[in-house]
Amino acid sequence: MPLVEPGQNTQSSAPPAVDPGVARAYWSKTSSLMWTVMAIWFLFGFVVHLFAPSLNTIHVMGFPLGFWFAAQGSLVAFVVGLFWFAKRQNRIDEEFGVQEDV
Amino acid sequence: MATPSGTRDPFLSNLNKIYLGYTGGFAVFVVLLAILEQMGVPDRIIGYLFVFLTIGVYAYIGIISRTAQVAEYYVAGRKVPAIYNGMATGSDWMSAASFIGMAGSLYALGYGGLAFILGWTGGYMLVAILLAPYLRKFGQYTVPDFLGARYGGNLARAIGVTVLLTATFVYVVAQIVGVGIITQRFLDVSFAVAVFLGLAGILVCSMLGGMRAVTWTQVAQYIILIIAYLLPAILMSVKVTGVPVPQLMYGFALERIEGLEEAMRAAGQAPPPGVTGFHTAPFVGANGQFNMNAAVNFFALVFSLMVGTAALPHILMRYFTTPSVREARASVAWSLFFIFLLYFTAPAYAAFGKLEIYQNLIGQPIASLPDWVRNWQIASPYGTPWINIVDVNNDGILQWNEFRIHADVVVLATPEIAGLPYVIAGLVAAGGLAAALSTADGLLLALANALSHDVYYKMINRNAPTKQRLIISRILLLLVAVLAAYTAGNLGADILFLVAWAFSIAAAGLFAALVMGVWYKRTTNAAACWGMAVGYLVTFGYLLWTEFAGLSFLEVFGTRDQILAAARQAAALPQASAELKAYAATLVGNAGEIRDGALSWLGQLVMPSDSAVLRGRVVARLWGINNISGAIFGVPLSFFTIWAVSQFTAAPSKAMQDFIEDIRIPKGGVRLADTREAVE
Repeated sequence: MPLVEPGQNTQSSAPPAVDPGVARAYWSKTSSLMWTVMAIWFLFGFVVHLFAPSLNTIHVMGFPLGFWFAAQGSLVAFVVGLFWFAKRQNRIDEEFGVQEDV
Repeated sequence: MATPSGTRDPFLSNLNKIYLGYTGGFAVFVVLLAILEQMGVPDRIIGYLFVFLTIGVYAYIGIISRTAQVAEYYVAGRKVPAIYNGMATGSDWMSAASFIGMAGSLYALGYGGLAFILGWTGGYMLVAILLAPYLRKFGQYTVPDFLGARYGGNLARAIGVTVLLTATFVYVVAQIVGVGIITQRFLDVSFAVAVFLGLAGILVCSMLGGMRAVTWTQVAQYIILIIAYLLPAILMSVKVTGVPVPQLMYGFALERIEGLEEAMRAAGQAPPPGVTGFHTAPFVGANGQFNMNAAVNFFALVFSLMVGTAALPHILMRYFTTPSVREARASVAWSLFFIFLLYFTAPAYAAFGKLEIYQNLIGQPIASLPDWVRNWQIASPYGTPWINIVDVNNDGILQWNEFRIHADVVVLATPEIAGLPYVIAGLVAAGGLAAALSTADGLLLALANALSHDVYYKMINRNAPTKQRLIISRILLLLVAVLAAYTAGNLGADILFLVAWAFSIAAAGLFAALVMGVWYKRTTNAAACWGMAVGYLVTFGYLLWTEFAGLSFLEVFGTRDQILAAARQAAALPQASAELKAYAATLVGNAGEIRDGALSWLGQLVMPSDSAVLRGRVVARLWGINNISGAIFGVPLSFFTIWAVSQFTAAPSKAMQDFIEDIRIPKGGVRLADTREAVE
């Protein structure tokens, strides 16, 4: 038997709200969404700006593109990304029927 | 749990109407003052009206939202809709540093300053996907509550509280300095009096109503600060380009700045100290060539600020106040949207201000500069005037390096630069005050809650009745506020620098333990405690050691050449203490006897370490990384420690695993592993 940390009441009194199998499937889908959004975050937070010196040779409406990404482009990506994430995660909740009871 | 009572709260069901009316009322108020100004009412009166009336409104909201219920006091009854929580978080987030300091830093640093813009927005991605929904589901009152429930009680809670107190206190001191500066300038009182006047404004909002009052005041403050920030930028854009969308139009200003910089360089001129000569060029040194240190520090700062965002308790606790997990997610997106409105305008402010100055001031005879320049040639708390004209070559003509403007003045002076009426200057002051007050409110509340709820109630007196706990919370709030004001009055340090420290400390101490607690089930109590302690000690230790004893840091981590260079800097530093100077001089005198530091191999591992004279001290830099980005060391170490210790300590109990299952799923209640951690 593996060692475990002591808990106050090692047996939970209440049953889980969601079937464990569903919970596992839900969590794996949630995790993959998490990694997707983390990738977007990393791309716009760091990777794009590695190329700032070369992007700066391109000008759009006066903006050097490398500067524009750090001042505006990445920010827009973050905002849009978050609204998309909230919508996507809500859809996953509903797919597995684990959304909150209203 | 806090269940809303059956009767609908008339305030909550009329939120849109109330805040629309409020915004309209504020617009009428501004127009009214503009008319008064035209009728000849003196500027000083206009300034007074702005400051006192807005503070009066905040105080009124604070007083009508007073409460004696625990859930209302700590989490606003969990009834704050996503959009309003987004606005409240926005003003909680944007402090004096964002409102007053940011555009000025961008003016000075050019591309380098964009690290603040990126870092202070991108962090919300981490908040939304990794933490906010799960903390909301867990559903108690404070961030240490989560640490206590997830990691077996008081030890984890105590470490969490220690990190929280350090980071938040450093942050709140910076805000009070900001409140002091604005109050001092617009009410014409001494700095010490200004600090305590500002404090009174802060306390009226948070003392009586706790989180509930702070939330609704912050929404009101957001509306004022965003109007005050956008309006001058729009007017400026109209003046320069004829189009009222500064965010789209400042590209043309950037292009002209590049051209003017080029021309001034060609004429043999140099930028003033602290200002880059290449506004749009990324990662360059003073000569305009690529500089590795600049690149590494840019990314390290972005990383530290982002992770710090996702670890600052005064922000995380805002997501305890939404009615559901779903709303918590939406609320993070709204928060970022409201913050974005300001951050995406700041670079435009900087560009228009810079263009105006380069185009219309540089090259003019110093005797005939416009009035607004003269208005700002008044003493700042830093010893030099806010705008400092130094005729280096005594030719009576203003050169590039002879116009020295303090970063904090760029936003405040914009109305005058653009030739706008004084009422706009008053509006900007009211906005800056709203930004500083709202952040100070949120921070003080986080501090007082940690002390009264986590330390007093959870760790000292479990049986304390509700009424007693709220009274203690209020007393502690008052004490912390006075202590912070006292420190602010005596410290007078650089605002942006203090704020960046707070981010690094919170990031290194809390982020890994919070994230692993949700996302890695195998995380054990001992691992989390070690992880928090290691991250906190490494980063806070690095900050203190490199900042205040840079020479001694290099004596351990530097090679003999690096030690010698630091000793030379210390010996020549006017502000250094006599002992340090004498010691450094001895080192320099016996240069042949200096040996490489004991850990100098570590100090050269990635890039060479070095030292620089900053803020009147010899500051050491491990691998060339500035200490404001200290989280870059602490965060990975903290994650690694938690993972490693978890591998060989006893696995979490079945009950704890159930608890983690429950907070991962929006539906249903939360089964706590330790029922003593339950909320009443």
